[in-house]
Amino acid sequence: MEHIRTTKVEQVKLLDRFSTSNKSLTGTLYLTATHLLFIDSSRRETWILHHHIAAVEKLPLTTSGCPLVIQCKNFRIVHFVVPRERDCHDVYNSLLQLSRTAKYEELYAFSYNPKQNESEQVKGWQLIDLAEEYKRMGVPNDYWQLSDANRDYKICETYPRDLYVPRTASKPIIVGSSKFRSKGRFPVLSYYHKDKKAAICRCSQPLSGFSARCLEDEHMLQAISKANPSNRYMYVMDTRPKLNAMANRAAGKGYENEDNYSNIRFQFVGIENIHVMRSSLQKLLEVSGTKGLSVNDFLSGLESSGWLRHIKAVLDAAVFLVKAIAVESASVLVHCSDGWDRTSQVCSLGALLLDSYYRTIKGFMVLIEKDWISFGHKFSDRCCQLDGDPKEISPVFTQFLESVWNLMEQFPQAFEYNEAFLLQIHEHVHSCQFGNFLGNCQKEREELKLKEKTYSLWPFLLDEQKKYQNPLYSPDFSPELTLLEPNTVSFNFKFWRNMYHQFDRSMHPRQSVYDLIMNMSEQNKQLEKDIKELEAKIKQKNGQPDAVLMKEHQQSAHPAPMALKTPPCFKKEQPLIPVNDAVRTIEGSNTADNRYSEFMEEFSKAEPAVVSLEYGVARMTC
Amino acid sequence: MEFSELIKTATVESVLLSCAGLPPVRGTLCITSHHLLLSSCPGGDGQPGTMELWLLIRNVDAVEKRVQNLGWYQPPRTNDSPRDTRLAGSSGTITLRCKDLKVLQLEIPGMEECLNIASSIEALSSVDSVMMMYPFFYRPQDLRLEEGWHLFPLEQYFQQIAAQTSQWRLSDLNRDFTTCPTYPADVIVPAAVSDDTLRRAARFRQGGRFPVLSYYHPRNGTVLLRSSQPLTGPNRKRCPEDEVLLGMVLDEGERGFIIDTRSAQAAKQARMTGGGTEPKSSYPQWKRLHRPLERGRPLQESFIKLVEACNDASLSMDRWLSRLESCRWLSHVKAALSTACLAAQCLDREEASVLVHGAEGTDTTLLVTALAQVILDPGCRTVVGFQGLLEREWIEAGHPFHLRCARSAYSHARLKQEAPLFLLFLDCVWQLSRQFPFSLEFGESLLLTLFDNAYASDYGTFLCNNEKERCLCKVKENTHSLWAWLNQPEEKKKYLNPLYSHNPLVIWPSVEPQSIQLWQGLFFRWIRPSQYLDEARAEMQRLVEGNEAPAKESAGSRLSRSLSDPAAWTENER
Repeated sequence: MEHIRTTKVEQVKLLDRFSTSNKSLTGTLYLTATHLLFIDSSRRETWILHHHIAAVEKLPLTTSGCPLVIQCKNFRIVHFVVPRERDCHDVYNSLLQLSRTAKYEELYAFSYNPKQNESEQVKGWQLIDLAEEYKRMGVPNDYWQLSDANRDYKICETYPRDLYVPRTASKPIIVGSSKFRSKGRFPVLSYYHKDKKAAICRCSQPLSGFSARCLEDEHMLQAISKANPSNRYMYVMDTRPKLNAMANRAAGKGYENEDNYSNIRFQFVGIENIHVMRSSLQKLLEVSGTKGLSVNDFLSGLESSGWLRHIKAVLDAAVFLVKAIAVESASVLVHCSDGWDRTSQVCSLGALLLDSYYRTIKGFMVLIEKDWISFGHKFSDRCCQLDGDPKEISPVFTQFLESVWNLMEQFPQAFEYNEAFLLQIHEHVHSCQFGNFLGNCQKEREELKLKEKTYSLWPFLLDEQKKYQNPLYSPDFSPELTLLEPNTVSFNFKFWRNMYHQFDRSMHPRQSVYDLIMNMSEQNKQLEKDIKELEAKIKQKNGQPDAVLMKEHQQSAHPAPMALKTPPCFKKEQPLIPVNDAVRTIEGSNTADNRYSEFMEEFSKAEPAVVSLEYGVARMTC
Repeated sequence: MEFSELIKTATVESVLLSCAGLPPVRGTLCITSHHLLLSSCPGGDGQPGTMELWLLIRNVDAVEKRVQNLGWYQPPRTNDSPRDTRLAGSSGTITLRCKDLKVLQLEIPGMEECLNIASSIEALSSVDSVMMMYPFFYRPQDLRLEEGWHLFPLEQYFQQIAAQTSQWRLSDLNRDFTTCPTYPADVIVPAAVSDDTLRRAARFRQGGRFPVLSYYHPRNGTVLLRSSQPLTGPNRKRCPEDEVLLGMVLDEGERGFIIDTRSAQAAKQARMTGGGTEPKSSYPQWKRLHRPLERGRPLQESFIKLVEACNDASLSMDRWLSRLESCRWLSHVKAALSTACLAAQCLDREEASVLVHGAEGTDTTLLVTALAQVILDPGCRTVVGFQGLLEREWIEAGHPFHLRCARSAYSHARLKQEAPLFLLFLDCVWQLSRQFPFSLEFGESLLLTLFDNAYASDYGTFLCNNEKERCLCKVKENTHSLWAWLNQPEEKKKYLNPLYSHNPLVIWPSVEPQSIQLWQGLFFRWIRPSQYLDEARAEMQRLVEGNEAPAKESAGSRLSRSLSDPAAWTENER
């Protein structure tokens, strides 16, 4: 609280981000220890978590006040105008302090108290059990075993304690191989495909330089290929562009030389590094945040940002991996430089395509826990949880979610979860409200005692899983190991409006199909249950089923779902709160919001008697 | 002219037909006056049953032929049939690019046969005489000829208006199409203006298209009018009757807006060729707004470029986005939607009447007035209401379908008057359906069917350019109406939106570039496999209907969709 100098500022304006005529709402701004809160004159609240703030900017003073622009990590952008410069300065300084945390212990997760008792907290953390997950995949088995080599994080600090390696890989091989790999991240099992007996393994780049070799590492790879009885060849996928990998050789790192390793097929797949991704997203946000954007500027901006190209590259790599496993039954070793960004993307997406379990709500949590959290994707650095090196920030996990979203668009029935689930996870990766994503690796998390001091996100998501269920999810896609074969032709990749404009309500469809369908299917289920219960009651009452009565009952009960299913859609579709206007509109759908053209002023000039909504508000608050 | 003169080879055996997304079929190819048929040899190639291609030749947009003369002689083995020898000798491939954007390939044994077939299709598909077209020959058993032609009389629409105001009347001054050759016999005009005044005003408007009522907004009594440009010319001519006509629309002190679908510059330039726009001085109550919308050749080229880009699956992401940008199609969608919203906004929010016109008043004008009605009027968002809207605002209003839809995106022929304005309209309606998924009673399938039928049809609904021509050709007497077919209960069911629930409100769409999407269902209809999307749609339908029909049924939905289209594959169970 010591950072907060002003807790409340009145007469603050919240500008519409896209309005060319500076439409705004007036209200009061509050600063709390964890949130920034804006309540407008019609009592609507906008909450912004301090940890979500990516940047605060004070623009030059204008006649109406001092503009303050806040960019959030969940892509919300708010533009306030504070009447007095001193207040603005105070808020600005406070937010700068509050949004930058120096120590983990100051993060929201350590003060967040969801009123759970201790046992619930413990149970929450036990919800996802990775040992159980490896058992589900079918390991340990004749070829793979649990290694205790990293029990004390001695071999690799950024790996989890429990690692699965080929049975033939002895401890000296593991140790030797880890010394030949960047950050000690030696090849370990990420996913095991029961049917094909093929494995997805992951590691970091070898320290090969121009000519260095490591016999243990070569043995390690051989052990992996021998652990697959169906195909003795294995693929080594370097997910970097070839040029980057070659440049690394000068620094004593690099990639595997096919001549030194027996039975490997080496392949570059060309995903760009974190710095390219960061600036690509930056460009994308600049374009999508432009006022009065034309279609052509949007498309050319989308192109020059390269964002969709990167998403396609990530998914293409996953498709390559899946083909190797599903078609050739070959094991695949995936790495990039350190093996915690691109490698996590490709391994997790590959597993998601191969195994339908990861397309369930619980399975997706497991996938994230396994390939992202446990294998040391540096969430803290990449999401800038603590005030650190801005060059470490990168939207690698966001790209993963976006790739999943693209798959959902192609396979609307294959996923148990919906888009809201992805958005909610994205929200909490940055919110620092739960312990799961804090820190950069498991060792760090243990040192922070997160399981005692914070709560796990997953039980909370499971509790409200109704919100995240895809009503169209089909059992046809549920059988184990149902393969998804996405088409990665360019036109299948779309701009993810609901992610990047999540908070720009006027841009979205005004009626949500998913909500409606969800309600309907809920209702149908409920009604069916009711029918069954009633039938059971009738049975009970009559002692024996009365055929005539049953028939009658069914006839009268069946039309009911038809008649009853309509109310929810009316409820959903018409939250018709009359806006300031006398004219009713679908929420969020009115001419002023949509900025068809900037004629409002033109109209008003021509006909001052008719004061348009937008102009009227602007005047009132001047 | 006899069709048989155009058919050089009527049947060829052992033709291999391939089409994206379906397994190739070998069979006998047959050309009739209006159709291209292919029936597979039963049992041959291990195909169960007989697959048939039943393609309306009018649907063919471009024929590309390639012959391979393999140039070596293979001595016939004893058990070889003569057909196989010929196969080895020479063959040809014909690629048929259809107006509905489907692409078919025929591999034809024998070079001569191939060339004959190609030239026959070319000749038959470019028959330009309306009376020779298939609708005049098509006689389905379960429809009556006169059915569906008089479903939406203007009289009926007028009665709705008359119930609320007496300021408008129905005039039949154009009953012999002399005042305006492209208007229907009946038009709705201000009650206080005499037919005589109208005739004079018509002389001041290009093609005689004087301002008539297009839509009456019941909420506040404002109206949407449409016309063609005034013939002010370089000398700034005036026409008192035209000024009276427009003056009558507004009460004293009221303001109206003229939305000119050309840029101010273009409107000014039009004066040099006798056209122009309403000067402020002569129409003091009207305020002019210029919203340039593309039409004519640039729009057709935009369509062609977009389809080209969509058909190139090898494009890298950057190339794809840059071609999507450079074809400008989505810009046209945005412009059309924003202009329609502007018109709707003037009516609904500014409570001012609106006159829309471009130059001829038969293209962008209709695009704007029709779209504005879909946005404003819940009645237009039902299946029947939408048909009525198309009948009133496109067909009877004189959009020259015959000229605009003569060729689609593949044609190599020199562009004449083709322009996909109707497609642009359908695309905009699709955008509305995406943004307001419960507010339209019909789904994407109706829009696709309308697109198909506007370009090549079994029905007479979209034939000719205007009512006058339709009368001359006796279209309503000698062809079936598309509406009669669509409105059969079994057929209509396919086009319904399961999520529809009546929404009495105005639907204001977002026109931000981020909200405007490429209509994949149309542009990728034959390119991307849509099995999963179709199944999802069927599942949605199932959930909504709340019945427990097995989801398996949905797998056949794609097939049944093609079945409904006589120009596509059909499967005969033998």
